[in-house]
Amino acid sequence: MNDKILIYEKSVPGRVGTPLPKTGRGESEILNLIPEKHRRRDDAALPEATEGEVMRHFIALSVKNHHIDKGFYPLGSCTMKYNPKLNDAAASLPGFINQHPLAPCRTASGSLQIMLELEEYLKEISGFAAVSLQPVAGAHGEFTGLLIIRAYHKDKGKLRKKVLIPDSAHGTNPASVTMVGYEAVQIKSNAMGIITPEAVAAAIDDDTAALMITNPNTLGLFESDIEKVAEVVHKAGALLYMDGANLNAQLGVVQPGKIGFDVLHFNLHKTFSTPHGGGGPGAGGVAVTDKLAPFLPVPVISRKIDENNRLFLDYDRPKTIGRMHSFYGNFANIVRAYAYIRSLGARGLKRVSENAVLNANYLRVLLHDEFEVPYDNICMHEFVLSCDRQKKSGVKGLDIAKRLLDYGFHAPTIYFPLIVHEAFMIEPTETESRETLESFASTLIAISKEAEKDPETVKHAPYNTPVRRLDEVKAARELDVCYKH
Amino acid sequence: MPYIPNTDDDRRLMLEKIGLGSIEELFSPVPEKIRLKSLLNLPEPLTEVELLQEMTAISKRNKTDLVIFAGGGVYDHFIPSAVNTIISRPEFMTAYTPYQAEVSQGTLQVIYEFQTHICRLTGMDVANASMYDGATAAAEAASLALAHTRHNKILVSETVSPLYRDVIRTYLSGLDIEVINIPAVDGLTDFDAVKSLNDDKTAGIILAQPNFFGLIEDPGPVADTIHKVGGLVIMAVDPIAAAVLKTPSEYGADIAIGEGQPLGIPLSFGGPLLGFFAVKRELIRSIPGRLVARTIDAEGKPGFVLTLQTREQHIRREKATSNICTNQALCATTAAVYLSLLGRQGLKKVALLSMEKTYRAAEAILKIPGFRRYFEGSFVREVTIKTPVPAKQLIETMIDRYNILPGIDLGRFYPGMDNALLLTATEKRTDDEIARLTESLKELASDPILSRR
Repeated sequence: MNDKILIYEKSVPGRVGTPLPKTGRGESEILNLIPEKHRRRDDAALPEATEGEVMRHFIALSVKNHHIDKGFYPLGSCTMKYNPKLNDAAASLPGFINQHPLAPCRTASGSLQIMLELEEYLKEISGFAAVSLQPVAGAHGEFTGLLIIRAYHKDKGKLRKKVLIPDSAHGTNPASVTMVGYEAVQIKSNAMGIITPEAVAAAIDDDTAALMITNPNTLGLFESDIEKVAEVVHKAGALLYMDGANLNAQLGVVQPGKIGFDVLHFNLHKTFSTPHGGGGPGAGGVAVTDKLAPFLPVPVISRKIDENNRLFLDYDRPKTIGRMHSFYGNFANIVRAYAYIRSLGARGLKRVSENAVLNANYLRVLLHDEFEVPYDNICMHEFVLSCDRQKKSGVKGLDIAKRLLDYGFHAPTIYFPLIVHEAFMIEPTETESRETLESFASTLIAISKEAEKDPETVKHAPYNTPVRRLDEVKAARELDVCYKH
Repeated sequence: MPYIPNTDDDRRLMLEKIGLGSIEELFSPVPEKIRLKSLLNLPEPLTEVELLQEMTAISKRNKTDLVIFAGGGVYDHFIPSAVNTIISRPEFMTAYTPYQAEVSQGTLQVIYEFQTHICRLTGMDVANASMYDGATAAAEAASLALAHTRHNKILVSETVSPLYRDVIRTYLSGLDIEVINIPAVDGLTDFDAVKSLNDDKTAGIILAQPNFFGLIEDPGPVADTIHKVGGLVIMAVDPIAAAVLKTPSEYGADIAIGEGQPLGIPLSFGGPLLGFFAVKRELIRSIPGRLVARTIDAEGKPGFVLTLQTREQHIRREKATSNICTNQALCATTAAVYLSLLGRQGLKKVALLSMEKTYRAAEAILKIPGFRRYFEGSFVREVTIKTPVPAKQLIETMIDRYNILPGIDLGRFYPGMDNALLLTATEKRTDDEIARLTESLKELASDPILSRR
């Protein structure tokens, strides 16, 4: 076995990957332009390899990844749908790629047009009055939305102190609340898994800035009392925030801006299918009601045009929360989301949600005899099952998840939401076929049976993956996070 | 319907199994009165061929045949062909966050190597898996310093990118702390101001090397001053210039952050970018975002996992070090590929070529009557030039007449600096392009219509 796995271990002094032109002056002559005490003494010890070696290194690494072009990714609340290649082609157009963000706006009319039109589409889809595409990730959108809420309250004369969050919320919600200086207060979902107006009324007071809700929630359930909840929130002078992670369930079905929400963040990399890149880049985006529009981050794309009939970026926004990113968001993903919406249209988007919900319910029904499904009603685009029953044979949800990897499936989101024991949160998305869902379900059922008969096999899975189960304790104890030789 | 495999037959079969009669019934949990009754008002869908034609036409409304001498944190560097081949692989591009390590070793090892590259560039001990961009990395570094020291004052030099400074202010605007501006003298951080504004409430200072004007700062004495009150020193560095400049670690920085776009990532109207974030060992448990560690598997084979996740939002929730979840992993992958291809010699060569070309452009421009250095200090790969007419006007005219973007108008960021042009020439700029730049500036300078305005 070759134990040289890192590019550093494969490095040989003197090898060159990409040759570059010669400098005109000698190296030391150029370096002498830097005062000696500010000059680097030793070269940064980066690897040295030929292009061919670099290619082989990364290709060998790449094939160790599971990815959506290879197989199913039933990760709840992550919306791992297929990423159309047309969108990548559009994002790679030279006209978009070669645009310097600090060049005068008038040289960027095409980019601004894409952004303005996408804002308009997202306004229509969400039912809100204004959109900013600046946030580059879901959590970044939450942070932006909460700063807008804070700015709104400040403008009204009272900052308020806390934000209510259901117990089923993503961890980013409370973390974002802390970053804007508010206190996160947890409220309980009812026995049906949803938030009731009564629970909100009991927790809310005139120091509450907002209630943050993921809708459908992380159990995959639509917050059916949402209008009454909104009434309670607004009566207390607070605002209603929607985490849009699960927007894939309601395209063309519900417009959140029309049912009482005041702020929404999008995850363009989920709902609108921009590739996830092994963890990012994503694209956030926030939508707000009319009264919150003045607080959006700068710049905004002006709805007016300049004296030469061109779109421009408007920085003259006295009530803005300020800038959240160096520039205007993850533009390449904005282009991808634009292309996605234009290729589907209104009917196509509605079909997306219908089939996402259909697939989730079909999978739920295929699995609900073998597994406990704590909230076994019609779900939206995802559902949560529990591996509690299987745990009796000593097999944990984690073991079952790892065993799934042996069969070419990615595992669902596990141990989340926190309110379900041994949770498996499953979101199939609309881009999976009936055959894939059936194959996944029968595999999961087979693993459950295996767990009963032969728990040891399941407990030590996976076996067929590039590596076996990894020692996380050793990783955290020894903390080798940077190659040292 | 594109991308949706279910046929009408599939749908019928599936509904039957679920026990429902129609798709409509699937949405019964959504109260009837809030359900949309009509289709959304969106443009009619286009096929791939139509859409690509239309989007190509829109992309051409951008003026992107300009010769770019603008930088300001994002640069028009050469991107080796192999970079795109590798990062376009669906294995990297369409993978999710590596939560299931056994089937994510590709992404995890790439991130581990990226972390190592950043440590070697900056001299720091630990780098995270990436931040959104340099500006948000700077803001998160300020948050780290505030939380770590429990002090309530952040000093930010005026010579740090104004984009970073804006984002820092926004990020910290909800917290009960002070962001204090350290003024500049002759384009450099005013050390006397640092001394007088620093006190035992200082959580840290943010400096840039080179600074936004392209100049070389002297962070050493500043670092000593800040450390005396227990504050942290945060340095924003340019990863290309880092190949030839003393490392943040040698200057005594506790945190090094910066914009990784120059490492193989296209301009793309400023996004996606790549924030990098590196710290001294003792701050490892306060670092925001994901971190990959090397370990072994059940058979003793080497492998990689996400580690110290108890810092992060999905475990720690409101007590997390940051709310960051999705990061810029594919951009970190891009930088890892770029740095592997360029290597020890190549990265330095990019820095040397960029320096040489920027110096050559500057020397030629400074011979034109009316143009001079705005500040006198040593610069690296970017230079501030005093222009005879407002830089904004000069830039507009250069674009219209010569198809050249000669730099950035600093007046839009610094009041009173209307005649300041921030200019850079990367290794991509040819001798001919530099000659065209200087010839056109010469022509403009002698143009009576322009100089009269």
